[in-house]
Amino acid sequence: MSAGAHYTPYHPKWYRRRVSVWWWLESRSYTGFVLRELSSVAVAFFAVVLVALLRALARGPEAYARFQALLASPLVLALSAVAFLFVVFHAVTWFNLAPTAMVVRLRGKRVPDAVIVGSNYLAWALLSAAVAFILLKG
Amino acid sequence: MPQTVALSVARYRPEEEAEPVFQDYEVPFRKDWVVLDALNYIKDRLDGSLSFRWSCRMGVCGSCGMMVNGQPKLTCAAFLSDQGQGPIRVEPLRFFPVIRDLVVDITDFMRKLKKVKPWIVRERDKPLAEGEHLQTPDQLDAFKQFSMCINCMLCYSACPIYGLEPGFIGPAAIALAQRYNMDSRDQGARERLEILSEHDGIWQCTFVGECTKACPKHVDPAGAIQQYKLTSAAHWFKTLLPLGSR
Repeated sequence: MSAGAHYTPYHPKWYRRRVSVWWWLESRSYTGFVLRELSSVAVAFFAVVLVALLRALARGPEAYARFQALLASPLVLALSAVAFLFVVFHAVTWFNLAPTAMVVRLRGKRVPDAVIVGSNYLAWALLSAAVAFILLKG
Repeated sequence: MPQTVALSVARYRPEEEAEPVFQDYEVPFRKDWVVLDALNYIKDRLDGSLSFRWSCRMGVCGSCGMMVNGQPKLTCAAFLSDQGQGPIRVEPLRFFPVIRDLVVDITDFMRKLKKVKPWIVRERDKPLAEGEHLQTPDQLDAFKQFSMCINCMLCYSACPIYGLEPGFIGPAAIALAQRYNMDSRDQGARERLEILSEHDGIWQCTFVGECTKACPKHVDPAGAIQQYKLTSAAHWFKTLLPLGSR
């Protein structure tokens, strides 16, 4: 226990257990939580890749081709695959938590959790479809 | 059906042990018995030296919270038959200092609870002659869920953040702050915002969500905290505007 906790003094014999470094392996939900937190690294990774891609684009066709070749290298492909799985995990876990954080009331009644989760997934599907349409048709 | 079930109970007698040890007891297995009944059987028949807190034995007083097989539970609501084969492991609530056996020190929680002003704050008291503060069913509905908290502290034992950052105000206290913030009769939201927006307030919470799962009264402290984060963030954005609220 670190400083900051306030307990009644003069009880030196109270037993205080230290939290194990491995606390997050104690239950599946703790592990899921830590993985969800870590998934933000994958989100940042894709953001950095996107910014680098734009920079390569601005520097001209050669730089862009070089960057594309880098993206196609096995190492970056493997990294992207892992990052992709994490981003999907990130999206799904946060969507499922959305109704807890957002209470929407319509005509005095609380909107059911399933509707909030469902509308998130629907928006995700629609946006993905729109992006796919632009990329494949364009 | 088995005749007896084994209970593995954490014992901590500060005059004898430097750290808790487990002691096994064999108690009758009865379908209508909860873990608290088994503990009382031990206390009455097997070992009078076992210490634990309990009072109402019906999920109202919030005294009998313990770790049952590693999960924070009200022992008065944890049936022996739901705990698997046994031995059933009974330990004091996690993340709190242990005073003796299954009894933990709750001073930290009581201090934090008081800090968030869990009572109706009025800028000016209404004279008695003006009558009561009226409230519609919808207004009651807005906070009723959060008012069901019985201060059993199971949510603190479920929260790894409280374990790692003992300064964290914690789930129940924040849920109770929210209970008063959302009460139409209350005017103390601003005062509580100052307290809850501090370093040890809502922003320590990273939304593990275990507090809500552990809550025996379906208070949903995780929801209260996330909703409060929205309120606090909105308030902060308003302070950035030239004519915003200060």
